[in-house]
Amino acid sequence: MSTLPLLKVNDVSKFYGSRIGCRNVSFELYAGEVLAIVGESGSGKTTLLSCLSTRLMPTSGIVEYHMRDGQYRDLARMGESERRFLMRTDWGFVHQNPADGLRMTVSAGANVGERLMAVGDRHYGNIRATASDWLERVEIGVDRIDDQPRAFSGGMRQRLQIARNLVTSPRLVFMDEPTGGLDVSVQARLLDLVRGLVHDLGLAAVIVTHDLAVARLLSHRMMVMKDGAVIEQGLTDRVLDDPREPYTQLLVSSILQV
Amino acid sequence: MATPLVVSEVAKSFTMHLRDGVRRPVVANVSFSVKAGECVVLGGPSGVGKSSILKMLYGNYGVDEGQILMDHDGKLVNLATAEPRTVLEVRRTTLGYVSQFLRVVPRVSALDIVAEPLQARGTPIEEARAHAAELLSKLNLPRELWSLPPATFSGGEQQRVNIARGFITDHRILLLDEPTASLDAKNRAVVVELIAEKKAKGTALIGIFHDEEVRDAVADRILDVSAFSPRKAAA
Amino acid sequence: MNDLATYNFAYLDEQTKRMIRRAILKAIAIPGYQVPFASREMPMPYGWGTGGVQVTASILGPEDVLKVIDQGADDTTNAVSIRAFFQKVANVAVTTRTKEATIIQTRHRIPEEKLSEGQTLVYQVPIPEPLRFLEPRETETRKMHALEEYGLMHVKLYEDIARNGHIATTYAYPVKVEGRYVMDPSPTPKFDNPKMHMSEALQLFGAGREKRIYAVPPYTDVVSLDFDDHPFEIQSFDKPCALCGAEDVYLDEVILDDKGGRMFVCSDTDHCEDRRACGHAGHMLARKEAAE
Ligand SMILES: Nc1ncnc2c1ncn2[C@@H]1O[C@H](COP(=O)(O)OP(=O)(O)O)[C@@H](O)[C@H]1O
Ligand SMILES: Nc1ncnc2c1ncn2[C@@H]1O[C@H](COP(=O)(O)OP(=O)(O)O)[C@@H](O)[C@H]1O
Ligand SMILES: [Mg+2]
Ligand SMILES: [Mg+2]
Ligand SMILES: [Zn+2]
Repeated sequence: MSTLPLLKVNDVSKFYGSRIGCRNVSFELYAGEVLAIVGESGSGKTTLLSCLSTRLMPTSGIVEYHMRDGQYRDLARMGESERRFLMRTDWGFVHQNPADGLRMTVSAGANVGERLMAVGDRHYGNIRATASDWLERVEIGVDRIDDQPRAFSGGMRQRLQIARNLVTSPRLVFMDEPTGGLDVSVQARLLDLVRGLVHDLGLAAVIVTHDLAVARLLSHRMMVMKDGAVIEQGLTDRVLDDPREPYTQLLVSSILQV
Repeated sequence: MATPLVVSEVAKSFTMHLRDGVRRPVVANVSFSVKAGECVVLGGPSGVGKSSILKMLYGNYGVDEGQILMDHDGKLVNLATAEPRTVLEVRRTTLGYVSQFLRVVPRVSALDIVAEPLQARGTPIEEARAHAAELLSKLNLPRELWSLPPATFSGGEQQRVNIARGFITDHRILLLDEPTASLDAKNRAVVVELIAEKKAKGTALIGIFHDEEVRDAVADRILDVSAFSPRKAAA
Repeated sequence: MNDLATYNFAYLDEQTKRMIRRAILKAIAIPGYQVPFASREMPMPYGWGTGGVQVTASILGPEDVLKVIDQGADDTTNAVSIRAFFQKVANVAVTTRTKEATIIQTRHRIPEEKLSEGQTLVYQVPIPEPLRFLEPRETETRKMHALEEYGLMHVKLYEDIARNGHIATTYAYPVKVEGRYVMDPSPTPKFDNPKMHMSEALQLFGAGREKRIYAVPPYTDVVSLDFDDHPFEIQSFDKPCALCGAEDVYLDEVILDDKGGRMFVCSDTDHCEDRRACGHAGHMLARKEAAE
């Protein structure tokens, strides 16, 4: 158990003009921990995720990341070059819509290999071997390596997006509704895959979902958001089986079994 | 520590916000301890709060008041207030739980579900599977089911998978919530035997058993949960 | 026309030339970096080398000797009209001989003859942005250059190999300049890429429609991108030039008849003539002479 948190979030708020995106969010995330952010549409989940992953600048508050060199860095003060490097090496971001996270007009192999090339890998054979390996891990036939994701089903695209993100062995992955647009049966397979990968790689992850079953299956901890604020948080099974807040009780009661 | 679990003045109530905020007190002033090698059985009528106590001990239910102290790797942890990651850490190495029902994980075989807690503690997969196989055959789960995900198993079959998963590790504290409810006599006897083995190894066990025969066979002590009734405490 | 030439030497007004020269100086100072400039309307359509023409017009002096080539030839329509244009608006001396030229404007080729100090090669560039292929957003490509994020260039080469078994890009083959900026050498064949490296001549690139100027100063590192296990290679031709017998030059295919007869000859016409004048002969020429 690592003693220092990977991510330290202190009193983060984001306003869109006078409209609240999210407010006063604080938490720490440790290596290997999976945190689910749940809440209804418009509750601020995506806004918070964007503030954590530097896709948005918080209006106030600090997000610090524990760099591989052992130092904590305030993400808002990091140079753009370093930040982007971090995002494509030590972090992953899985979008709800795979087209937002993939290059739809280059092959599956190149989609997976891009991060390797970006960090200076210059051996075609090795890049391709690593890409094959990852396609296998996400259950995409290696014979599809030269196909473009345009020819893939939704579930395959999402698995490809995951492979593309994990190829550089990131320590932290952000996911925004990773199973959002998928059929139920396809969702189950993807969830199982993500669960296995997160576990095997010891990834830390922040997963936004409105689906409590996803939170139950994937996360260790969860935060419930309402109107931009975190109203309840804790161990996932504790929040789901013994919800305290009226809103959380309502959320939990509106599903049969999670 | 010869007493790996100490519960002190624990109270629990549920506030039902969806029912006009009705507050339902469940237990209060729960105090007891369990020694290594001892099996304490929670008794009392249905609805008295037995499962709720077990779930609090596991960190699954929140605790309103009091302390739940556990010996975790030589350190004292108060599970009532511990951070989520500490609770998970305690669950991984110190605290086991066999619930009434198996929560099935899609696409994972029965054998791997059973082996998983060992693997999580760093045991090599093959070794963990061998151990899992041993337990599943002891519990008479047909071999042809081992490689299948238990989603389609009968209640009794699922429960045996659940028991094997709970018993595979050498956690020092083991919580059992009616593990034998859906088992036949032959398999109930196996569970009694497994519990006896745990006790011999010094595991502290806290269980709920409706079956009197099983209860009498395993219990060193029966704790009447009615004694923790909040009304009684208030009176 | 004389008046025009006097008052506005080389067509552009002095203000404009100054502006373009500033862009050129900046481009030279930051090798491979695309400098935006206020491209002017020229009396020819885009795609006819308006960028190169503006660069040439801005650096041209009365003493210069101008050569213009399209493909490798001095006598194609595009080359002829640009040469005529500068004769008219600047009244400069023109030549077809690489050695004699001080400024060479080109569309596709770098002359075979090694260029030397004091010479300037001006390229007409249609699409200056090498990252455009995979990233159409200009804001993003600018950022990628600024942050030196060039992984995408290798994605392009990867795709090439995945599809064809080798890097099939033969024109506009991307290079890294002075270890910093990735640059598109315009539609030159990759055969010419090695000539850009450590060239003694100044190389200027003008893209009229895209309003960009970039440069490779003399003696600058220019490295073609590749993979360790698929190293950069130039095209090779299995036969020498049919006219002058030259090997190790870039050849064009010439169709001789409609029965499939064809020959390969130097794309650089001046180089070919030069060699023939020195007595070199390829097999076609030898045969013709034998017949006479
Ligand atoms: N770009 C934006 N401009 C203005 N308001 C926004 C913007 N993005 C989100 N919001 C508002 O912020 C709140 C939180 O939105 P969001 O973070 O997208 O919630 P969620 O992901 O939980 O659905 C909503 O009220 C939403 O309308
Ligand atoms: N998650 C919960 N939310 C609300 N009430 C609960 C919850 N869990 C248990 N209870 C209530 O607490 C009381 C004790 O239940 P339980 O602990 O299951 O008793 P036992 O196991 O002794 O039958 C019951 O009235 C039950 O309805
Ligand atoms: Mg959202
Ligand atoms: Mg019960
Ligand atoms: Zn020739």
